[in-house]
Amino acid sequence: MSTTTPKERRIILKHADDPNYSNRIGCYLREGGYESLKKAFSMKPEEVGEEVLKSGVRGRGGAGFPAGMKWKFLDRKSGKPIYLICNADESEPGTFKDRQIMYKDPHQLIEGMMISAFAIGAKQAFIYIRAEFHEGARILERAILEAKQAGFCGNQILGSTYSCDLVVHRGAGAYICGEETGLIESLEGKRPNPRIKPPYFPAVLGLYQCPTIVNNVETLCNVRHIIEIGGEEFSNIGKPNNTGTRIWCVSGQVMKPGYYEFECGALTLGEMIFNVCGGLKPGRSLKAVIPGGSSAKVLRADERFTGSLKDGSEFDWGLEDIPLDFDGPMAAGSMSGSGGIIVMDDTVDIVEAMANVNAFYAHESCGQCTPCREGSLWMRKITQRMCSGGAREEDADLLLSVAKQIEGRTICAFGEAAAWPTQSFVTKFKDDFIKKASESSKERDSKSLQLI
Amino acid sequence: MIAPEKNELVVISLNGVEVEVPNGINAVEAAALHGKEVPHYCYHPKLSVAGNCRMCLVEMGTPMRDRGTGDPILEEDGTPKIGWVPKPVIGCATNVSPGMHLRTESDLVNECREGIMEFLLVNHPLDCPICDQAGECRLQEFATDYGRGYSRYIERKNVKPKRTRLGPRVTLDDERCILCSRCIRFSQEVAKDDVLGFVDRGSFSTLTCFPGKELANNYSLNTVDICPVGALTSTDFRFKMRVWFLKESKSICPESSAGCNTLVSSREGVIQRITPRRNDLINDTWMTDSGRALYKLVQAEDRIRRPSANGNDIPLDDAISRAFEILKGKKIGVVASCRSTLEEQFLTHRLIELTDAKVFIRGHFGEDDGILLSADRTPNLRGALVSGLSNYYPQDHLNDLNQSISDGEVESLLVIGEDLLESGVSQDNLSKVSVVFMGTHQNSTSSIAEVILPGLTVFEKSGSFINRSFFLQSFDQAIPGPVGLLSDCEIISRLHNLLTDEAAEFFKLNEIWKAMSSSKNSLLAGIEFSELKKGVIQLDGAKWEHLSFIEKEALHHKPLELTTS
Repeated sequence: MSTTTPKERRIILKHADDPNYSNRIGCYLREGGYESLKKAFSMKPEEVGEEVLKSGVRGRGGAGFPAGMKWKFLDRKSGKPIYLICNADESEPGTFKDRQIMYKDPHQLIEGMMISAFAIGAKQAFIYIRAEFHEGARILERAILEAKQAGFCGNQILGSTYSCDLVVHRGAGAYICGEETGLIESLEGKRPNPRIKPPYFPAVLGLYQCPTIVNNVETLCNVRHIIEIGGEEFSNIGKPNNTGTRIWCVSGQVMKPGYYEFECGALTLGEMIFNVCGGLKPGRSLKAVIPGGSSAKVLRADERFTGSLKDGSEFDWGLEDIPLDFDGPMAAGSMSGSGGIIVMDDTVDIVEAMANVNAFYAHESCGQCTPCREGSLWMRKITQRMCSGGAREEDADLLLSVAKQIEGRTICAFGEAAAWPTQSFVTKFKDDFIKKASESSKERDSKSLQLI
Repeated sequence: MIAPEKNELVVISLNGVEVEVPNGINAVEAAALHGKEVPHYCYHPKLSVAGNCRMCLVEMGTPMRDRGTGDPILEEDGTPKIGWVPKPVIGCATNVSPGMHLRTESDLVNECREGIMEFLLVNHPLDCPICDQAGECRLQEFATDYGRGYSRYIERKNVKPKRTRLGPRVTLDDERCILCSRCIRFSQEVAKDDVLGFVDRGSFSTLTCFPGKELANNYSLNTVDICPVGALTSTDFRFKMRVWFLKESKSICPESSAGCNTLVSSREGVIQRITPRRNDLINDTWMTDSGRALYKLVQAEDRIRRPSANGNDIPLDDAISRAFEILKGKKIGVVASCRSTLEEQFLTHRLIELTDAKVFIRGHFGEDDGILLSADRTPNLRGALVSGLSNYYPQDHLNDLNQSISDGEVESLLVIGEDLLESGVSQDNLSKVSVVFMGTHQNSTSSIAEVILPGLTVFEKSGSFINRSFFLQSFDQAIPGPVGLLSDCEIISRLHNLLTDEAAEFFKLNEIWKAMSSSKNSLLAGIEFSELKKGVIQLDGAKWEHLSFIEKEALHHKPLELTTS
């Protein structure tokens, strides 16, 4: 563990917490806002796409798929209109980064979107914002109005012949609305049931069965910076295959939870927890960390992670050595997901934590396909029972078996999102689960936090 | 409707065996063609693919190709290297392509099915002993194949509404629903009446009608048929009969000229329900609710069960003799029917020709729904044309009969089923003629007839109809007719024997068909009775192109001028 605290490098959140900065267009222009848009408009759309591809920027929504590549998949031959959607349905437990951007620097997103729309040839763009972000929606709407009045959005952008309207669509209040195709269904006014792939890949058959690109808020903001400094230059930020910065959202039992923007791979998980976030509460020890939002697999504090990276180098990490980028948590068998780091110390009852995670997924499963619908609720009922004095020794294996029956058999990635926590919690903390059975006659401590 | 138009065959590997299947069909259908059942709930061949039940998960791989050159990558032994998809894929949304490999019987596939079965049953009430679907329930069937046999589920089950009235004919048990969305897709895509949807989410999702709407369209009972479990039940059939007691007979719906293929289910001579029978040329797997209700005519109050003369019941033989007395030597008029079978129409036509009788025939028309209830509300108007019974397009009245009676051209009448008063024949004129009525139900004409010869309903006889698209199709007798009655064919034959010199002994269908198929200049020439029993026969209706048939374009039907132009 290094003794010096790594320094944040704020690109996306550069102005976010500046007391002299507001979310109005004046502040944004003062800091060089919309210059990238002007630059982009001096280029050909395909050149803009090329820069994004060169930058190697990976999607910040969870899957980490290269954004430039995603744009390449777009079906341009169909002759149908192309849509751009910003996925602002941030609702992964443990993640609160997009909210900062939209509330504090909305014009950055608008600029990123207009550049992206220009690059892919979209004439209509949407920001699908989480229903609970009421204020965020209002901020964005005002910002869009400002941008339109200034000619950065809407009709004949920057006096060119290119027009692209931008609309804020308030979400339907469900986690599943953040799933790409579920979001599209919801935007179409339907239940957000994710679509089957094949055939409904958004880049070919997306919104209204037209080619559609769905990108995360942070990803689209990155596009603005890619154009500003060039894709080549951008790819020098961070590490190869892990370019740019990432905003990490740290929650749980650390002294200074919050959001921190670092270059990819600039620090390890241990540095994040113990240096950046001020460490654990006094007298506590680390028990477990979920590195990428609640659907990522949990990592145990005393685990060793070994193997070889893509570049062939061998690694042997403790939990604290895991580099914070895309590939690090992946190599450790989990994922960086949407950047939500959830820290759990030794006071956490792991079965109760599991029960809470399961409660979330059972509540949020859309109910369309069988394994996720029935499996998530079943797992919730099991863990809830285990926490209410009804635990049995066989429950651990039952949970694993149920999770296995969900994983890889569902329409969307929600199946994995529901199964992975259970699989990792139970496998890695099996003793805690078995122990629950011996305490099965015990009532829950009335002072402990209420279960979800 | 995912079924591809092309019939081009491709070779795929199904569980390691190379088989030929039509290109582009999905894996469920491809496997079925070669005797491998891929269990499924949400997939229905006539609806869009939803892919939500996940029961049809199979393993799929395609021949690998070099990314640079596009050349196939080969194994050491020279066979194409197969790139297996790491996760199981749903068979319903996997369309076959040349060289595709499918595994429908692997350990992984069986494990998937077992997993899905367990999930579907954890919140299922397991109330088979009182469930109408028992015996024809996919959940039951696949539970036998892939069920665990015991439950690992000790939690409380979800509680949902048990008897929701979705509409006048459909009752929903939400606890049995597996949320496959077939009924929703049917309502949207086939019935074009988008009234069903899910509310709530996750395992608490519940099927319901949209606020202020109900499932009341004339196709609502199809949702009951396609419901793979006992969730949607027919209010009419609910709790009435165990399906394994039912005898199923192939029939044709007589409601309109659409000619829906049906199954008539009966027990001990009593019809319990009518359901559609799949015919991809005519009705797919659908039929109208109104067509299903027609079985109630069999035991209707106004059913004619006994032969009678002047209001007194008499033996059938006597009734036929009395009818002969009335008709013989008079100027006979015959009111034939578009509801008679083709065979009956043929015999009627011969009788008319040999007795120089005048023939009158009327049509019955209504609104065309553009699906399976056509504007022509008789099943066999085209039969009347093909059999030669009528050489004009029947109108919805019998004004010409009224005129003929006024003119004294008709003295006695043999009426098959029609209500003359309602058809435009005046009371005054009716009193001038003696009437022999042959039919199944009472009407104003039967009440004034001197002799009544009871007929059999479609369900009590065999025969054939020609539908709106000139498809000739036969149907089987489902239940016996009332005691002591004869088929209409036999009655007509007997009258024929009495009224003419020529003996027409035949009244068995195969004998009638021998005569029909040997008649020259007939569309029926050369058609074997045994052929007809195998399936539908397309007749060439070009001869009647000039007639303005009333049917609109509808499911699997294009009006003649559209097809020929």
